[in-house]
Order: sequence, then structure tokens, then C-alpha cells
Amino acid sequence: MNTVIKIFSAPLNIQSATDWIMSPESGGIDVFIGTVRNATKGKPVIRLEFEAYEPMAIAEMEKIAKQAFEKWPVQKILIHHRTGVLEVGEIPVIIAVSAAHRAAAFDACRFIIDTLKQTVPIWKKEIFEDGEVWVAAHP
Amino acid sequence: MNIKVLAFGISKEIFGRSSVNLELANDATVYNLKYVLEHQYPRLKQLASYMIAVNNEYALPGDTIHERDEIAIIPPVSGG
Repeated sequence: MNTVIKIFSAPLNIQSATDWIMSPESGGIDVFIGTVRNATKGKPVIRLEFEAYEPMAIAEMEKIAKQAFEKWPVQKILIHHRTGVLEVGEIPVIIAVSAAHRAAAFDACRFIIDTLKQTVPIWKKEIFEDGEVWVAAHP
Repeated sequence: MNIKVLAFGISKEIFGRSSVNLELANDATVYNLKYVLEHQYPRLKQLASYMIAVNNEYALPGDTIHERDEIAIIPPVSGG
């Protein structure tokens, strides 16, 4: 299958992601780049820490890619996710989707990031000046 | 049977380590496991939710656990 799914402990590389996704068959490529924001609800964020249950996270991301291939006429799917300590401005996730026409690439890319956030066993902790919080852990 | 439960994110902090070993009945289900875990670690009940994964798949409460299964506790995910 035309899929690359990887978890990295080192910084993600946008260029290598776009190099892989480009192909003569595609007429449109959609790339989502998640970045570490400097605040949550107005409170300054110092850094984030990401942890993954790697074998299951890979398996869940493969399921999402398979569903995207079933739902839309897309050609290639790339998902790169970071773990470890990330400073403001760094990149936790890159999703790239290619298709013959742009609508499928846009729709599939959005589906992949939205579903990833709901099902893939990866966790982030926000570190503030006065403490730290595992995101979404508590109601 | 003795099983090992892997922990991540906040569950690792609740357990105080990255895995715990538990003694369960041989025909125990995911429901039974959650009951034992919540008895030993009541802070689990304060989480928004949590799932159990068996062999890298989300498991249902009625699923049976086997001794050599890879079991993990999955607190609310927050990747991306």
C-alpha cells in the first residue's frame, strides 16, 4: 500500500514528507502540520511532552489510513508523529495525502488528523510555569 | 493467573511506574480487570475515561484476558 506511518523521537522533517508524497499521478497534495502553540486558554505553555504506546499507535494509524483509502480516491498517505519533549513552534505531527483531485486530499487529510486525535494511543503533557497537565485526562 | 498491565501518560503517574503485575482469575474479563485496577488505584475513577487494550487492540468489557496477552491501560488520548 502507498502508505508511510512512522513515530520519531527526533524532529520531523517537512521536506522529506513532501518529497515522499509527490508523484506524477497526483493533481493535489494536502499537508497538515501540527505545531506546538505557545498558550492554552490564554495560559503560556513552556513545552509539551509526547508519549506513545508505539506498536498500538502504529496499528491504529494504519487502520485510519486504510479507512481513508476506502472512503476517498486518494493515492498516498503519510503520517509522521513525534514523541519526547517539544518546544513551542516544533512539529508533533505531519499528515500528507495525495490524490488526483484536491477534494479527496482535503477531506481525507482532515479525517486522518481528526480520527488520530480520538483513537491513537499517544498522550501529551502541557508544561506551564506553575505546573503540568496531561491533556484530556480529567473531565 | 498473573498478568502485567502497561501504563502510559497519566496512568503511569497513577501507578507510580510504567507497568503493574496483577493476579486475576483464569477466566477474567476486561471488566474484572478494571474492577481490580480501580480498587487498587482509585484515582483511575477520576479520569474522564480509560480503555483497556489487549494485544494492541481496544478491548470490550466482556472480552476474556489470557495470561500471555499484552495488556495496556489507555487513558484519554491526546496526540496530534
